[in-house]
Amino acid sequence: MAQVSLKNIRKVYPNGYEAVVPTSFNIADGEFVVLVGPSGCGKSTLLRMIAGLEDITVGELSIGDRNVNHVDPADRDIAMVFQNYALYPHMTVRKNIGYGLKNRKTAASDIEAKVQDAAKMLNLTEFLDRKPSQLSGGQRQRVAMGRAVVRDPALFLFDEPLSNLDAKLRHQMRIEIKALQRRLGVTSIYVTHDQVEAMTMADRIIVLNTGRIEQIGTPTEIYHRPASTFVASFMGAPPMNLLNAESADGRVHLGGDMSVAASTADGPVIWGIRPEDIEIDPTGDIPFTVDIVEELGAHRLLHGQLNGQDLTIHVSKDVVVSAGPIRISINLDAVVLFNPETGLAL
Amino acid sequence: MKRAGFATRWLPILLLLPQLAIIAVFFYWPAAHAVQSSFYLEDPFGFGSSFVGFDNYTHLAGNSEYGRIAKFTLLFTVLVTFFSLALALLLAVKADNVIRGAKAYRTLLMWVYAVAPPVAGFIGLLMFNQSWGPLAELAKSIGWDFKLGVNFGDTATAMVLVSVWKQVPVNFIFFLSGLQSIPKSVREAALIDAKSSFRRFWDVTFPLLAPTGFFLLIINITYALFDTFGVVDVLVKGEPGNNPMTLVYKVYVDGFRGNDIGGSSAQSVILMVLVLALTVFQFRLVERRIHYT
Ligand SMILES: Nc1ncnc2c1ncn2[C@@H]1O[C@H](COP(=O)(O)OP(=O)(O)OP(=O)(O)O)[C@@H](O)[C@H]1O
Ligand SMILES: [Mg+2]
Repeated sequence: MAQVSLKNIRKVYPNGYEAVVPTSFNIADGEFVVLVGPSGCGKSTLLRMIAGLEDITVGELSIGDRNVNHVDPADRDIAMVFQNYALYPHMTVRKNIGYGLKNRKTAASDIEAKVQDAAKMLNLTEFLDRKPSQLSGGQRQRVAMGRAVVRDPALFLFDEPLSNLDAKLRHQMRIEIKALQRRLGVTSIYVTHDQVEAMTMADRIIVLNTGRIEQIGTPTEIYHRPASTFVASFMGAPPMNLLNAESADGRVHLGGDMSVAASTADGPVIWGIRPEDIEIDPTGDIPFTVDIVEELGAHRLLHGQLNGQDLTIHVSKDVVVSAGPIRISINLDAVVLFNPETGLAL
Repeated sequence: MKRAGFATRWLPILLLLPQLAIIAVFFYWPAAHAVQSSFYLEDPFGFGSSFVGFDNYTHLAGNSEYGRIAKFTLLFTVLVTFFSLALALLLAVKADNVIRGAKAYRTLLMWVYAVAPPVAGFIGLLMFNQSWGPLAELAKSIGWDFKLGVNFGDTATAMVLVSVWKQVPVNFIFFLSGLQSIPKSVREAALIDAKSSFRRFWDVTFPLLAPTGFFLLIINITYALFDTFGVVDVLVKGEPGNNPMTLVYKVYVDGFRGNDIGGSSAQSVILMVLVLALTVFQFRLVERRIHYT
């Protein structure tokens, strides 16, 4: 177990493309950190640099107390789970799981015991003598997990390990991986572009955008206090509502006679509100027209216009609404203001 | 799967006809002819022939020269197969490490493949020319007086070298594409699991190349046994007597130089059976070829 620290890590690919701009962060011992961002933002690049599969262009990387910039992947005391599992097709499940141990001069009897333990933990015992081609996707995923846990490494690295599974299995594995990590207490970095995975699994989330960190924070902070309009619209389904407004005399007028204080110069601002922080309120101040009601079972989404701008409202399944004019009120504490030029939170 | 079908029964047969005709004229007919003449003793001056049953075969079995050539062919095949495979694998592994250069590398090596066997033999002849061939010079510089076409061992060496040189590119292409079809992430997983590149090669890369390797093994044995005719012909031309030759070349020497049509037919029937066995073996292998997913 170990903490991980990145100091000004930068990646420029041989073709000159800067995939990661100088980036620094620390991960505490035992922490589960999720790297999330849209496709091509440099998540895998960052993870692969930590694994040693990609050279670090500039910067310092340490795992534990050791600078590992020039340490072989096999000597970094890490284990990685790949998106396509990367199992050795010609080896049985038993050999797949034990291969890393065998190369670390572990006694054969120890290997067998550890493989058995890992297999039991992951419900793989009956498959130990099968080849990967004889397993289902979910079972292969477990073997890949087994290969990682059996080594008892200082750091787990996951690169979108669940993206090849169907929704149900993904949900189940999400919980299992998280529980396993809790139990083993191994520091973990988990890459995904699925914001639900990020929210549910992470102790802390790092949101990346075009090779740059947009925000680091707990899921709650990221969700409720996004540091930029990018984070606000990337995290959450549906995303945060973002509307243009003007600030005047230190206040931003939202609609009706609702306004929030703004410690910014007069001029344009963007204000954001999560769909569930808006309520239908017959006595409310703000008139709103519902155009479309989106039925989602557990809740409904109301899409419509406020001051000529798109707004989505989340209401529980008990609230019956139909298209047409209604009145709403906004939870003012939940409003976030952004600078329209930089996109950063004020 | 949707099955495409022909409207009439005759169309497919009609379409196959040219190919069948070519096979019949250039393969089945001569083959049948060879089997037939292997049971006859041909008059050397072309005045008829007489049925002799299995005499041509039993004669071969007791012929010490035939035995000697068979042994040489075996050794030659083993050496050519081994070195073409080993060298190609080495080059492919190196090329695979520098994927960028691989394309140029591949093209360069493929040139050799485009050289016809007799031309390859002729180039070998020049390289080993006693008075000015660069390879003969090289041999001389390490104190080896290389005499192509005179010394049995020297000629055999040249034969093996030229044949290997000619076959390496084919093997290289297969090995390289075999290597490149190993998923990148599998190699990366191995990189995390094993520090030693030697271990990674033997534990992961090599087993995953095995299907390609088996396939190439058969191809190379067939090549060394049969397709090296052109190389052998050029290198020993003029004096087959004292020089090494392979079984295929012996068929030609006995049949066309010695005018022993019956004996050489028997030899070619034996070779046909050998090819048949190899082909059956290869088909079995292809059927059983492990498909990793
Ligand atoms: N070998 C390479 N050479 C040049 N550019 C590369 C290379 N590998 C990746 N890139 C570029 O670097 C950027 C980041 O790639 P990366 O694989 O880290 O994205 P990602 O965030 O993991 O995306 P995804 O969610 O699609 O996996 C991409 O724009 C990609 O095109
Ligand atoms: Mg990726």
